[in-house]
Amino acid sequence: MTPSRSCHCNEFSRSHLVRRAVAEAGRGLPAIEPGMPLPAGTGLDRRTFLARSAGLALGVYGASKLSFDMLDEGIARAASAPPGRVLVSVFLDGGADSMSVLFPSGDPRYRTLRPQLALPESGGQAFAEDPRLRWHPAAAPLAALHAEGKLTTMPAVGYKDPDQSHFTSRHYWEVGATSSQLRTGWIGRYLDRVGVPDNPLQGLSLDWQLQPSLATSRVPVATVDSPDGYDFWARNVWGEVEARMLPTIGRLGAVQPRGDRGVAQAADVAKQANQLRVQLSAFGAFTPPVAYPAGDDEFPRRLSGLAAMISAGLPLHCVAMRAPGAYDTHDDQVTQLEEGLDLTARSLFAFQRDLEARGIADRVVTLIWSEFGRRAEENGSGTDHGAAGLGLVMGSQVRGQMIGEFPGLSSGLDSDGNLRATSDFRGLYCALLEQWLGTEANGIVPNAGAFARPAVIR
Amino acid sequence: MAVPVYKGSFGRREAERLLWRAGFGPKRGEAEKLAKLGLRKAVNSLVSPRRERLTGPVPRDDDGNALAPQDAWGHDHLWWLDRMVRTRRPLTERMTLVWHDWFATSNDGVGSQRLMLRQNALFRQRALGSFSDLLVDVTRDPAMLLWLSGTDNSRWEPNENYARELMELFTLGASRGYTERDVREQARALTGFRNDWNDSGPRNFRYDRERHDPGMKRIFGKRGNFDWRDSCRLCIHHRRHPSFFVPKLWSYFIPKPPSTKTRVALERLYVRSNYSVRPVVSAILKHPDLYKGPRMVKPPVVLVAGMLRGLGRGVDTDAWAWIGDMCGQHLFYPPNVSGWQDERWLDTATFRGRWYAVNRALTPFAKDPDDERGSEPLDAAQLVARAIAFWGSPTISAPTRGALVGFAQQAIADANEDWKQEVYPVLIQNALRQLIPVSPDYQTS
Repeated sequence: MTPSRSCHCNEFSRSHLVRRAVAEAGRGLPAIEPGMPLPAGTGLDRRTFLARSAGLALGVYGASKLSFDMLDEGIARAASAPPGRVLVSVFLDGGADSMSVLFPSGDPRYRTLRPQLALPESGGQAFAEDPRLRWHPAAAPLAALHAEGKLTTMPAVGYKDPDQSHFTSRHYWEVGATSSQLRTGWIGRYLDRVGVPDNPLQGLSLDWQLQPSLATSRVPVATVDSPDGYDFWARNVWGEVEARMLPTIGRLGAVQPRGDRGVAQAADVAKQANQLRVQLSAFGAFTPPVAYPAGDDEFPRRLSGLAAMISAGLPLHCVAMRAPGAYDTHDDQVTQLEEGLDLTARSLFAFQRDLEARGIADRVVTLIWSEFGRRAEENGSGTDHGAAGLGLVMGSQVRGQMIGEFPGLSSGLDSDGNLRATSDFRGLYCALLEQWLGTEANGIVPNAGAFARPAVIR
Repeated sequence: MAVPVYKGSFGRREAERLLWRAGFGPKRGEAEKLAKLGLRKAVNSLVSPRRERLTGPVPRDDDGNALAPQDAWGHDHLWWLDRMVRTRRPLTERMTLVWHDWFATSNDGVGSQRLMLRQNALFRQRALGSFSDLLVDVTRDPAMLLWLSGTDNSRWEPNENYARELMELFTLGASRGYTERDVREQARALTGFRNDWNDSGPRNFRYDRERHDPGMKRIFGKRGNFDWRDSCRLCIHHRRHPSFFVPKLWSYFIPKPPSTKTRVALERLYVRSNYSVRPVVSAILKHPDLYKGPRMVKPPVVLVAGMLRGLGRGVDTDAWAWIGDMCGQHLFYPPNVSGWQDERWLDTATFRGRWYAVNRALTPFAKDPDDERGSEPLDAAQLVARAIAFWGSPTISAPTRGALVGFAQQAIADANEDWKQEVYPVLIQNALRQLIPVSPDYQTS
């Protein structure tokens, strides 16, 4: 046998490590990172299946007792109910710098704290609700939505005693409490209250893995990488020949004589696979009513697919996904932040316009959040982990009025030089639950009574 | 009463089926060679094979490194796949896979590739030997002790996990000749194993008399101060064990259950040979039902190993591990203790996995339409014949051949310009090579 060799840690994402840690934790082995909370939903079983009723290849979490046929029926049943409201959660991974997205150009300390990174006075549009702030030029699409009253901003959202670990702070936001023990997401607990046992689309992660905020304990939720993921290709086969090859998959099934059970199984699956390929390619090839940013990033593609899915009547209720971009900008912040922000803002704008064009904008509200903001003082070409950060709520039904205020760079900073929170993410969650989803926040957000509810929805 | 033996002609077609059912398909020319031996000698060459020697290119990961099956994620899968590809003892390797499914242990619950490989070596060593010895060794195997709580089972806190599966899944079948009381009493008999834990995981598996419950037990109506060996023996000697063992073993080779006559004859053979596996498998492989009965869907790992054997390609990419996942068979990770569902390999998701398994197998062989322009004939029947020959001339039915020729004809008809007449045949050849293994003929044996 080959001699042993240390593991390929470079191939292990955090979730792999954590999964391993979970598998071993019960046996008294040391945690991977002491004190790091396990992501919500860790250890939920995952099965993959193709929902014929929805035309989607799904990874389903937490429904191990249900057969795929039952899930398919559940989706079909849920789809026949009247269309309901949808909450979309978009995560800016890494701690986005709120002081760049809405930069405090009018604050006297801004240029002192950010000599390299400060954006020019002339750059970006003015922010109507606070004369000190301006929009980053790359955030112009957001500024436009704000001007239309379709964007609610939180210039300093966070919580008391901020944790500056990515994993811990993100976990807090995901579970809706400053607790490292909770294992279900805040949206997951909402779904556990109102969801059904057989419609995994009610909580949909537009990602290759489950977004922890959706982790449930009772009802199933799902992941879908993208609606057009059921493809077949062969190396060096293209154009007209490829167009002839693909239907041959089904043909190989159709021409088989009946009688032999093994052949029948293989023939049936070839026919079904081909049928599904055709159905899904119709789905994947839809033309959105508005233009989304071009390029190969998945985010605009996923958003346009999401609008199409909602419009097609698929029974989605809560959706979670990650925005493009690297927001952990310890260095090279100018370029890095702009790239991610630009694509994110343009994609969200297209999504909103898409929903409007399809006449379903009144049914969808999108929350955009990050685990924390960044340090007020720059470190050279970047910024380090901070505390309060930017939160946004987008949609035709939002009030569009600022929640909390920008605390300023003098008395608004804590002893670490980070922004103090002027609104609490748990209060925001309570407001979304009560004002948008129509349910009591009590029992979903721990200690819900302690948080003031901002007016988010009209 | 003897077990029926197949009397029909034993040609290339039959030898090909035998190699797929009892192994991982033929290497180039292997089916022809086996056919020449005739049925009896062919089966003998499988059940009593030559000494093992792995032949062919040594396995590598994507970076060209040697595999690290004990440590690197997925390398356990690759390591075993490589043995399936390069073995000279395909039935031994196939029986190792049978036992992995029969005593289905998942590394999800064990958490140690090292211990999984150790169990794998046990399955290989006992592949065709005594089932009774195998059961004893599995019962004390560290991976199994972790998987079914064997080392959590003590006289103070009896744990029924292994006791129940021992009877339900391994030796007797659900509710066949045992009661809930037998489960509890078996659990007591099975107490005594333990292990330690340190930073690198479980270690020092041993039997500790102190943890064993030495008291009187009543199992299957018999009384005694039974211990774990008695527990295994009582199951093997249970009157309903042979009627569980034979149909289950049969089902790995032949999809249609045996007739009562055949089953009874095989049960007698099994008991008469003192619970030895070899004579029973040998009789199954010579049974008329294997050659005259319906076709059987190839398990994913068998399909992949068989394609590589047919192409003479070794294991040279990590992709086979995630492709195994896509196809629904990641070695060392069966879905649960009852193993994979052999009746349900195929659905629209796993079919797509199989498509990409073929796609990957073909990667180094894909013809380049620029460099190899004009290298393929502008003739549908010839293109199909060449593609079938590329795969070592597997048996392809007339309807399948018809569909392939039909595709090639249509695609050739599209070639309405000079350059297309040179380039399209190359593309068509690539497409045919992709389509043949996903056809129902090749997906089954």
